Amino acid sequence: MELCSFLTLDSFITDPLTHDFMRKALLMSSLVAAVCGFLSSYLTLKGWALMGDAVSHSVMPGVVVAYALGLPFSLGAFIFGVGSVALIGFIKQKSRVKEDTVIGLVFTGFFALGIVLVSKIKSNIDLHSILFGSPLGISLSDVKQTIFISLLVVILLSIFRKDLMLYCFDPRHAKTVGINVFFLHYLLLTCLSLAAVVGLQSVGIILVVAMLITPGATAYLLTDKFDNMTVISVLSAIISSLIGIYVSFWFDLETGGSIVLAQTFIFLFAFLFAPRYGIFKLKKLFAGFK
Amino acid sequence: METINYQNFRIEAENICVDYNGKVALYDANLRLKPGQICGLVGMNGAGKTTFFNALTGFVNISKGKIRINGESVRSAQKDQTIAYVPQNEGIDSQFPISVWDVVMMGRYGSMNIFRSPRESDVQAVKDAIERVDLTDHLYTPIGNLSGGQRKRTFLARAIAQRASILLLDEPFSGVDIRTEKLISELFIQFKNEGKTILLSTHDMIHVREFCDLVLLINKTVVAYGETSEVFTPENITTTFGGISPDFLFGPES
Repeated sequence: MELCSFLTLDSFITDPLTHDFMRKALLMSSLVAAVCGFLSSYLTLKGWALMGDAVSHSVMPGVVVAYALGLPFSLGAFIFGVGSVALIGFIKQKSRVKEDTVIGLVFTGFFALGIVLVSKIKSNIDLHSILFGSPLGISLSDVKQTIFISLLVVILLSIFRKDLMLYCFDPRHAKTVGINVFFLHYLLLTCLSLAAVVGLQSVGIILVVAMLITPGATAYLLTDKFDNMTVISVLSAIISSLIGIYVSFWFDLETGGSIVLAQTFIFLFAFLFAPRYGIFKLKKLFAGFK
Repeated sequence: METINYQNFRIEAENICVDYNGKVALYDANLRLKPGQICGLVGMNGAGKTTFFNALTGFVNISKGKIRINGESVRSAQKDQTIAYVPQNEGIDSQFPISVWDVVMMGRYGSMNIFRSPRESDVQAVKDAIERVDLTDHLYTPIGNLSGGQRKRTFLARAIAQRASILLLDEPFSGVDIRTEKLISELFIQFKNEGKTILLSTHDMIHVREFCDLVLLINKTVVAYGETSEVFTPENITTTFGGISPDFLFGPES
C-alpha cells in the first residue's frame, strides 16, 4: 500500500478490486448507501434527523442481545428501534418534558444499556465494529441479511413512494382523503430502523445517522423536484461510499469515518456551489457573464 | 352527476368535544350545514377553529358528540372523497420540492390505486382544476417559487380536483393578492351554485359580511350560530373576542 503504487488513476481504482474483501465491501456499502440515501429524502423533508439519530443509537442493545441469543441481529435492532420510538411517544404524551429532551434521554439510555450489555455478556461481539462499522470485515451471513433487508426497504419505499411523499408534505390532506396516516407513520419508522441496521455495518452506530440525513440534505440543495432529489440523494450516497472506501484503503484510515467525511464534503460542495441554493448562487453568476 | 338534495344536511356536528391529552380545545360545539351554504368560522387564535376543522376531517378524534357527513361517518366521508381541506399558507412547507401539478394531483390520490398512478381521468381533472384557478402557466413551477396568492390557488385547485362536495378553508384570504382574492370570491359563487358546502375561517370581518350566509362564532365552544345578518352583531363579536370591542376589530369608521 505504498503511495507510489497509485501513480495512475487506473491502478488507484483497479488495485483494490483484486482483493475479495474490497470487492465485497464496495458492493455492500454501495447497496447500504443506496437504501439509506433513498430513505434520506423522506427523513430530511419530514424533519426527522433527530429521530434518525435516536433510532440508530437505540438499536444498540437489540444488536447485542440478538448476537448473544444467536438471533439475526436485524431482528433485535428492529425491535429496539421501533420500541425506542414508541417509548419516546409515550413519555412525551404522559409528561410535561419537551420532545427533543425526551428523544435525547431515551436514546442515550438505550445506547448506554447496549454498552453495559456488551461488557457483561462477554461474547465474541466486537464493540469497535458495532460502534464504528466494519465494511471490510463483513461476514457471509451478514451479507445475506443486508441484501434481504435492503431489498425489503427498497420495495416498501417504492410501493409507497407517493403516499410517503404526501405524508411528509401534508399529512392532514392524506388523512382527509382516506389514506392511512398511522400506517405510513409506522412504515417510515420501520424503514428507518431497518436502514439504520444495515447502515451501521458500513459506518457504525455512531455515524449511521449521517447516512440517513446527509445525502438527502445535499440533494435538497440541488433540486426542486422530489424524484430528482431521491435520485441525487442515492447517487451522492453511493459515490461517498466508494470514495470513502478507496481513500481508507490507500491511506489506511477508518472506513466508516471516511465514508461519512466524503458525504460531508459533498454536502459542503453543494452548500457552496449549488446553482440556486448555494452560497455562491452559480446560476446567477453565470447569467451575469452573458 | 349526483343529484343534490338541498334539504339534507351535509355537515351535522352534535355536541362535539375535542381534547388534547386532557386539555380541552373545543366542547359542546354544534354545526349544521346544507348544500350550497357558505359558513364563516370566526374566533380568536386558539379558539378552536383549526380543531373544529381537524374534527370534521377526522384528523383528530372527538372525545364526545357525533359527526355526520352526508348522513354517514367521517370515516366513510374520507373514503368517498367528500371533504377537501385547504390549509393556510403558514400550515405548509413552501420549500418542499414539489410542483403545482404534483400538489394538485394529490387531490386525486384518494381515488387512485395503491401506486397512485394517474389515469386519463385524473390527468384531465388536474388540468381542469389548474385552469379554473388560472395557473396553467405554472404547471411545473415548484411551489417555493410561487407567490402567496398562487400557492393558495394551488391548494384550491387540489380541492377542486378532488371533486369534494364540502370545502374547509383555513384563512383563505390571508396573505393573498387582490387578483387571487377576486378569483377566490368568484369561485365561491360557482361552488355555491354547484351545491358545494363551504366552511371557512377568517379574521376579516368584511369577508364574513360579503360571502357568508351563515356564521359560527366560537370561543372553545359556540358563542353564536345562525344567519350572518342576525348573528354577526357587535355584541356577539365582542363576546367571541373575549371582551374586545368591535370598534377595535372593524376600525373606528364601521
